[in-house]
Amino acid sequence: MTKLWQVAKLIRSKNSGPFELTFDVIFKDREIYEKVRDARIINAQWFARTYRLTPEVVSVIEYDAAAAIKVTIPRPVISGDVDDTDVFGGQQYGPLVDLEVP
Amino acid sequence: MSEIRVLSATGILGSGFREETLKRAMALKPDFIGADSGSTDPGPHYLGSGETLFSDSAYKRDLRLILLAARAARIPAIIGSACTAGTDGQLERLTGIARAIARGEKLSFKLATIASEQDKGYLKKKLRERKITPLANAPVLDEAVIDRSAHIVGMCGIEPYVEALASGAEVIIAGRSSDTSIFSALPVMRGFNPATVWHMAKILECGAACVVLRQYPDCMFATLTNGHFVVEPPNPDYRCDPVSVASHNLYENSTPYELVEPSGVLDTLHAKYEAVSDRAVRVSGSTFRPAQRYTIKLEGAELAGYQSLIVGSVRDPIILRQFDSWLDGLVKAVKERIRAVFGDGIERQYRFDVRVFGRNATMGPLEPETGIGHEVGLLFQVTAETQALATALSKSVGHIAVHYPVPEWSGLITSIAYPYSPPEIARGACYRFNMNHVVEPASPLEMFRIHYENV
Repeated sequence: MTKLWQVAKLIRSKNSGPFELTFDVIFKDREIYEKVRDARIINAQWFARTYRLTPEVVSVIEYDAAAAIKVTIPRPVISGDVDDTDVFGGQQYGPLVDLEVP
Repeated sequence: MSEIRVLSATGILGSGFREETLKRAMALKPDFIGADSGSTDPGPHYLGSGETLFSDSAYKRDLRLILLAARAARIPAIIGSACTAGTDGQLERLTGIARAIARGEKLSFKLATIASEQDKGYLKKKLRERKITPLANAPVLDEAVIDRSAHIVGMCGIEPYVEALASGAEVIIAGRSSDTSIFSALPVMRGFNPATVWHMAKILECGAACVVLRQYPDCMFATLTNGHFVVEPPNPDYRCDPVSVASHNLYENSTPYELVEPSGVLDTLHAKYEAVSDRAVRVSGSTFRPAQRYTIKLEGAELAGYQSLIVGSVRDPIILRQFDSWLDGLVKAVKERIRAVFGDGIERQYRFDVRVFGRNATMGPLEPETGIGHEVGLLFQVTAETQALATALSKSVGHIAVHYPVPEWSGLITSIAYPYSPPEIARGACYRFNMNHVVEPASPLEMFRIHYENV
């Protein structure tokens, strides 16, 4: 099986302000982007399960201009608060890297 | 005027840019130089404490080159979100650095400062008038939160910059500002299409971040007409392509299609990104929807407590094989010892948390992997109302933890490696962001104070 990291040129997470966490998957080429996009591998249910949320608060956006998929979720903890583990939100994409893609 | 040329010195003032690149960019005859100096990204410390992300030396290095270039070319220099959070103290700090540079370099200019720290009485009145509304995932905001805040800033739009430019300001240093307003003010003031302008500003605000492979911070340049802008890196080692420019809309933004500003929303859904050469990209086709109501975003931070930390690691395979039960026992023993030393009721005055590096320090309870390797790192974290209490408690933590036993070994063991003496480190005050709200001011200038001086 192919993993997401093998078809992406960038997988990252980052704060979108202190209250939201946003994930970007930018694909190596348009063909594979369209394949993954249309197979709905990156979806609200997967994020809800992985980050323990309800699917309604997960926003999944297809961005054809950059052959990218963006997902934004509420931050599990406000950036920099006592329980936060990752002030920039930069290392929260780990579980995405080995996601299986068609 | 049919076009305007915009130079973004760097993504964040203090992070640097190449002097050679600035020279090349100045040869392209920009109409102004802009640079953002702030972010909430590094967390609440800078807004809460008033300290700065970079050193004065780093700010001075970047600002000196910008001011020298801008004054030589007789063009405005515009700096926003002074010294990270844009509090009044941070604005004064960057202004002081600008004055010192002017003295040292014998520069003279009309300086405008835009103060964006907010009066608590004003905000409480706005709250009572229901003119403050929450954004996504906002915590509860009431008058007590406003009172508790160490600092609250409002993020200004282009209007205070336009006011300062219209008054003849040659250098503008602003407190908290939207990153894009730094680059949009002058072009919008000169009548260029706001959709083209705001999109250009979004691409330029992070400096060289929109290039194909950014290896170090540097300048970025755009040439804007009414219908499109062309972005081209002034550093010959860098190049942009349509995907790298389009990708920048993703960065630190919850959607690549919308950028919300005080005066409206940039919509890039139908934007076109076309290669002009192998390193320049033409962007067109965005739209700008003026806001129904003009709003200013608030940022606030309050004290969350004082912390002491202890860093250590565990290597013994016997301990690691029963790590969870060993750590549970250790935490209980620590709390019992603290009660014995400090008395009943102490448990309401502190928090004790353990971060386990090598297990789930990055994702905390969300971590799906459960295994551990040949060693784990431990970070004991004590949070209390004073630094003295946090440090006193952590001294008991350090001693109990370092000798916490496992049944397999008889006799006194030393079960944690501490790299430091003393093991505890006073981290000082820690803060939390406490609002994600917008205010409806009576006018775009109402919440900001513009001050002029001849430097």
